Amino acid sequence: MAPSPRKPTKSPSSAENAVPHSEIVQFGPETPLVLESGQSLSPWQMAYKTYGQLNADKSNAILICHALTGDQFVVGTHPVTQKSGWWETLIGPGKAINTHRYFIICANVVGGCMGSTGPASIDPATGQPYALNFPVITIHDMVSAQAHLCDHLGIETLLAVVGGSMGGMQVLSWASRFPHRVFSALPIATAARHSAQNIAFNEVGRQAVMADPQWHSGNYLAQDTLPARGLAVARMAAHITYLSEHSMHTKFGRNLQDRDKITFTFDADFQVESYLRHQGVSFVERFDANSYLYLTRAMDYFDLASEHGGILSTAFAGTNTRFCVVSFTSDWLFPPRDSMAVVHALIAANARVSYVEIETDKGHDAFLLHEPQMFAAVEGFLKSVARERGIHMLDDGEGI
Amino acid sequence: MTHRIDHLLIANMVPKGARVLDVGCGDGSLLLLLREMRGIDGRGIELSQNNVNACVANGLYVVQGDADTDLRDFPDNAFDVVVLSQTIQATEKPKDVLQHMLRIGKTAIVSFPNFGHWRVRAQVLCMGRMPTTRQLDTHWYESENIHLCTVHDFVNLCDELGARIETMLPLTSTDHLLPQVLGTWGANILAAQVVVSMKRG
Repeated sequence: MAPSPRKPTKSPSSAENAVPHSEIVQFGPETPLVLESGQSLSPWQMAYKTYGQLNADKSNAILICHALTGDQFVVGTHPVTQKSGWWETLIGPGKAINTHRYFIICANVVGGCMGSTGPASIDPATGQPYALNFPVITIHDMVSAQAHLCDHLGIETLLAVVGGSMGGMQVLSWASRFPHRVFSALPIATAARHSAQNIAFNEVGRQAVMADPQWHSGNYLAQDTLPARGLAVARMAAHITYLSEHSMHTKFGRNLQDRDKITFTFDADFQVESYLRHQGVSFVERFDANSYLYLTRAMDYFDLASEHGGILSTAFAGTNTRFCVVSFTSDWLFPPRDSMAVVHALIAANARVSYVEIETDKGHDAFLLHEPQMFAAVEGFLKSVARERGIHMLDDGEGI
Repeated sequence: MTHRIDHLLIANMVPKGARVLDVGCGDGSLLLLLREMRGIDGRGIELSQNNVNACVANGLYVVQGDADTDLRDFPDNAFDVVVLSQTIQATEKPKDVLQHMLRIGKTAIVSFPNFGHWRVRAQVLCMGRMPTTRQLDTHWYESENIHLCTVHDFVNLCDELGARIETMLPLTSTDHLLPQVLGTWGANILAAQVVVSMKRG
């Protein structure tokens, strides 16, 4: 039986839309978001956070692209969960992405549920939430939206675009579509296309959501309910793919949860069950089910080579962007060979590329965790590209 | 900073502004030297995580990988020069590595310790022991050198691959260049290491 969420009827995204905890930029009818599907979104908005100071010539801006269930709150206290930001390991004063040196921008992706226009937003045509009337969006569409935001902020060329997982897909899309706007790119634990296995996992998650009777063909908000059980199961299944078999074994083994022996029931006897149930339940409190459908679909559709005649290097032909590609040995969701494929394409395109394969047993989640070798690579790479761009920095990180 | 003698000799062979791939680039010292002296556009391949990070921090572009498996992913003629310094003897398939270097680069430069050097021969012949010299400074049981060769062996391999040797610089154990008139035979016995530059035949 799926776990029961505590607060099943309050949509996190409608709350964030009502009282945003971040900056909002609204784009009117004069600036529609033209989508890859041929449809366009108008009016639309982006919710974003910035950290650090933009320098006088606007050359120290770094765009962070968040992963599937991430958001713009990279550091600091998250307004919904009250937990610390999802990339505090990497970003902050004195950290690898030093907010004393760089101006950090992170926006909620379009289609998301933390303030940017998504399926829970009100459709101006009907006065009701878009739900499944929201157009299908792609990784490229997320990037187009971010490009509009950069225009709004007056930033022509980003010092770096950085992201892991789905965020890494956005980094590759940026580098391919707007090479002149990307001085350097840091795609982490990602791929230039979603594998069949990854599409399969996403489909299981979507079917779990849609099988929940509370989903109401996507119109749960109008019915004042939430497909909380379905979304929790989707999150549980996905969460397995973020860990490695080894890390699960060392973290949980066959340990029992608050009991000495098995109960001969379907309770969460095992710690790993209890952990996954907790992951599922807490996710429902902060994420919109339809957003989950749309964002997983965007990942499935991503295939950078296919739109360049099947040759990935063509996607980066003539690029002047500097790349640092990072992967993790125990990541089976986005295994090192996916990153290597990107590296080979970049080599074939004569790009300046470094590749770092981090030895770790933490699986895909490693990119969010304490990985000193990743910190060293990211910090060293960013310092060298900042130097190359002529950004004067003091070594102690006190100013720009 | 003192530079390795083979690195300085290689730097003299590399044209200004060339595109250079350093296979097994270590901490990037050769690439940095080439960038400084020759203004090259350099890339590297390196096995060790720490070395790759050191390179990245120095603004070098280095791919973590293995000469034995990853050279095949580089396109033909992608570089003006491909360098393999003091690494060929540690590769699993030196012949394949050399073949790929000749394919990827217009010029291939290889430096390696000469197993035909008289000190090496003397240690094997007189003492009946595996040699340890300045160039071969680890015991047999710790050494990463699994495919050592002499100058003659290397020249034969180049012939077999149809590679044309452009320059061979033999160095004594005290880093002095041997006169060219001694030829391959002289180099084979007197050189502790050699730097060879070659092209496809």
